[in-house]
Amino acid sequence: MSPEEKGEEKTSAEAHAYTPGLKVKRAMAVDKMRRLPILGEVLVNEGDKVEHSALVAKTEISGDPEIVKVAMKLGVEPEDLPRYMKVEIGDKVAEGQQIAFYSALFGLIKKEVTAPVSGTVEALSDLTGQMILRGEPIPIAIDAYIPGKIVEVMPREGVVVETNAAFIQGIFGIGGETHGVIKVVVGSADDELTDDLIKPEHKGDVIVGGSMVTMEALKKAAEIGVSCIVVGGVRHNDLTDFTGEEIGVAITGQEEVGLTLIVTEGFGKMRISQRTFDLLKSFEGSYASVNGTTQIRAGVLRPEIIIPHEQFADEASEELAAGMVPGTPVRIIRQPYFGAIGKVVTLPVELQQLESESHVRVLTVELEKGEVVTVPRANVEIIEE
Amino acid sequence: MATLKKPTEQMEFILATDVGSTTTKARFFHKRGGEWRFLVAGESPTTVEAPYEDVTLGVRNAVREVEELTGHRILSPDGEGIVVPYDGKMGVDLYCTTSSAGGGLQMMVAGLIKTMTAESANRAALGAGAIVMDVMARDDGRQPYQKIQRIRSLRPDMILLAGGTDGGASSHVMEIAELIKAAEPKPRLGVAYSLPIVYAGNKSLRPRIEELMGGSFALDMVDNLRPVLEVENTEPARRAVHELFMEHVMSHAPGYTRLMKWTDVDIMPTPAGEGMAMQLIADTFKQNVLGVGLGGATTNVYSVFQGRFVRSVSANLGMSYSVTNVMKEAGIGNIMRWLPFNLDEEDVSSRLMNKMIRPTTIPQTLEDLIVEHSVAREALRLGLEHHKTIATRLKGIQLERTISDMFEQEVEETYIKMMDVDILAGTGGLLSHAPRRVQSMFILTDAWQPEGITRMFQDSVFMMPHLGVLSTVYRDAAWSVFDKDCLVRLGTIVAAAGQAQLGEPVMKIDLEMPGGETLKEDLKFGEIKRIELPERQDADVVIHPSRNFDVGEGPGKTLEGTVSGGVAGLLLDARGRPIYLPEEEGAKKELLLKWFKALDLYPFEKLEELI
Repeated sequence: MSPEEKGEEKTSAEAHAYTPGLKVKRAMAVDKMRRLPILGEVLVNEGDKVEHSALVAKTEISGDPEIVKVAMKLGVEPEDLPRYMKVEIGDKVAEGQQIAFYSALFGLIKKEVTAPVSGTVEALSDLTGQMILRGEPIPIAIDAYIPGKIVEVMPREGVVVETNAAFIQGIFGIGGETHGVIKVVVGSADDELTDDLIKPEHKGDVIVGGSMVTMEALKKAAEIGVSCIVVGGVRHNDLTDFTGEEIGVAITGQEEVGLTLIVTEGFGKMRISQRTFDLLKSFEGSYASVNGTTQIRAGVLRPEIIIPHEQFADEASEELAAGMVPGTPVRIIRQPYFGAIGKVVTLPVELQQLESESHVRVLTVELEKGEVVTVPRANVEIIEE
Repeated sequence: MATLKKPTEQMEFILATDVGSTTTKARFFHKRGGEWRFLVAGESPTTVEAPYEDVTLGVRNAVREVEELTGHRILSPDGEGIVVPYDGKMGVDLYCTTSSAGGGLQMMVAGLIKTMTAESANRAALGAGAIVMDVMARDDGRQPYQKIQRIRSLRPDMILLAGGTDGGASSHVMEIAELIKAAEPKPRLGVAYSLPIVYAGNKSLRPRIEELMGGSFALDMVDNLRPVLEVENTEPARRAVHELFMEHVMSHAPGYTRLMKWTDVDIMPTPAGEGMAMQLIADTFKQNVLGVGLGGATTNVYSVFQGRFVRSVSANLGMSYSVTNVMKEAGIGNIMRWLPFNLDEEDVSSRLMNKMIRPTTIPQTLEDLIVEHSVAREALRLGLEHHKTIATRLKGIQLERTISDMFEQEVEETYIKMMDVDILAGTGGLLSHAPRRVQSMFILTDAWQPEGITRMFQDSVFMMPHLGVLSTVYRDAAWSVFDKDCLVRLGTIVAAAGQAQLGEPVMKIDLEMPGGETLKEDLKFGEIKRIELPERQDADVVIHPSRNFDVGEGPGKTLEGTVSGGVAGLLLDARGRPIYLPEEEGAKKELLLKWFKALDLYPFEKLEELI
């Protein structure tokens, strides 16, 4: 499109981005809600200072029930069962303890049923002849995950922990919450993270690579016990081989693959954004809390790197731009300019036809080398600076 | 329950919304010259998640867009609702909505025997618009402890429990009930309310069920869905599910208590509304319908066969959030078989992964569009395969078998036969947004491979759920809009079932066009042709298939009929059933390209550049 044409167009003063930009912040107040799955007890008070490993709430979920087919095992009718029971509802029984006994023909035939696990007799049915034996309660506790201050207590449910930190979101991750010291092992954002760069001393660290992590590097990092890898891209096939399963739906975080992986840009070889790379580099040696959990549908969760610190706190109040205006820095997130970074030039109001012949709302972007391209508004994300 | 503020014949304006998982879509209808028409659409992001956590915000934003576009005021001045009825200056006479935000309605179902009561319970829950998270049965191959673990890990919105015919099995049904109770399932939304359970099993067990479960669950008991083995009666269970959905589930979702006060008709799960729309088509044309809602996250397939309505949902087959799951289930090879140009397998899989992690992006290049269309074929194919496992004859009944049946290996479970499908209907973003309408017709054809004469429809702008929920209270208005503004008549496909060698004769067709002109077409194996036949025009056809081909009357038998036109026209398909694709890559790509050209499917010059 020529500049003259652009000049004649009706343009939007501001437009919302369909894809919210990922946060890459040097300093902000990070809040983390730490919530029990069911009601329980909160162990800290508002205003308390906590370390990342401090337990903040705990509860117990009722133990697993064990169904014991007592009538069937004794060979009696369910309605006759009460006569043969040796325990009552509410009794505690130990594993192996006799719970029912049957004898016939003056004791020549004897049958008994013993408790398969320790627990409490919860129910007994004279219709099915089944007994429900409830196992010991299972304790659940949650930790603070980030060091900081308790700023809110939700009675019986959990707390909100707040800290001043650098905050970086990835686009996709696997593996759950973990911690470690940041080590940048590549020279530039373009470099691949290969296995030779991972050393035994990286055990427990959060290591940062450039454009892509290789399969060998993933394997070696897991062997050594690296906590987390942060990198621009990963090949789809490598991820499948590494996790042992093809990712179908983006609900991750439960994988047990020995480490947490945070991909900042996408799939394939993708240079980690310079801003992310520089920020991580400036915090080399600092301690970070990281989480690979990703959920893209219903309640978007993106993987995160939280680096608590005391400095730069005055920047924390900086507000994010709500929408796109001419000059807004954006990243193009789809072919044919995937990964390109530029600034919004115009936001034409009228629908325009794409090469695919779809008619959509577009914007024009000036890329880093000066070229101006037209892309669908849906295919850019705002770079939050 | 519906409480209309004005008699339907006096209504002038109707507003309907669908609160989707990502977008809230408002549709505004108006009666002009005695005829109900679609006026305008407004859309806005759904606001079910933090930081908003109030769906009415998204509804208000979408309605405000309608207001801006029409100048017609709908929202009350304080922003606290919709003005109903229309007072001559502002407001609408009826407001209704469907919803699938926050994951829709998620259910677990249980029955006694997997292929009998559990299967019927599954159909009932699906028919009610639910995503079924698990189907439990006594004979499902899992040990009781495994079932308990599973129930404890699920957090359903509701459970449907069936089992036993009336006066039939009792202790085994109670075993399942005891197992559910022992597992102490927790509801998904909110930590402090009772999980709803619908009991639709052996009615003689009701006192026992009440005694066992009454205190711990919000229990509702309805007529048995398999009162006798020969009868499946899912309607009472379906109704109960809808009522509990409103009463217990929706009332715990953010903002829904307010939205419920705004609406004149109960909020319905989106797929239930879509299903109603499919039934409206079947009901109006009195024909067998196979329909699909191909969404970003899920694929819903609906069939109405001889009046029997069945819905299936493939919760993880979709074009954005679930696009990589289509790749996982279909296999990358099956997606790539539809591409007429060379692309690296890793390149295609990375593109799909990148779409999944940034689900709102759209194809800009032709290459990207064709890749998405290839995925759509596979999502639709898998969705129909799944549907066939749900749309089955009732099992557990003695079948009357004829001598000829004895020679067949087994009686097929499903009754969905493509030769018996009269109408295919599609909705969902990819189909509605296809730059050329013939693309969606061809995608549906490749995926579902209709046989004989089949009409094809699609949604113009997504409003089938809206019209479905409207049809429950005002059928005539719903149909009027449906017919004139929603249903795009794509055209009709004539396809011969059979196999041959490339170039061998498949069928000869005599066409008498609306203007009186006669056309004679001679199709060879591997060919597809497109003939212009405009919307709302019919042509008479006489089809003479070759000896090995069937168009509905049996192999080699002539069929006479009428075909209806549409925006894409008439497709004559002699590519075989299943569609023949050569094994050899080069030959396959050449054939695909020939079809694409024959139909004028994509811009030709751009396509040539990609080859």
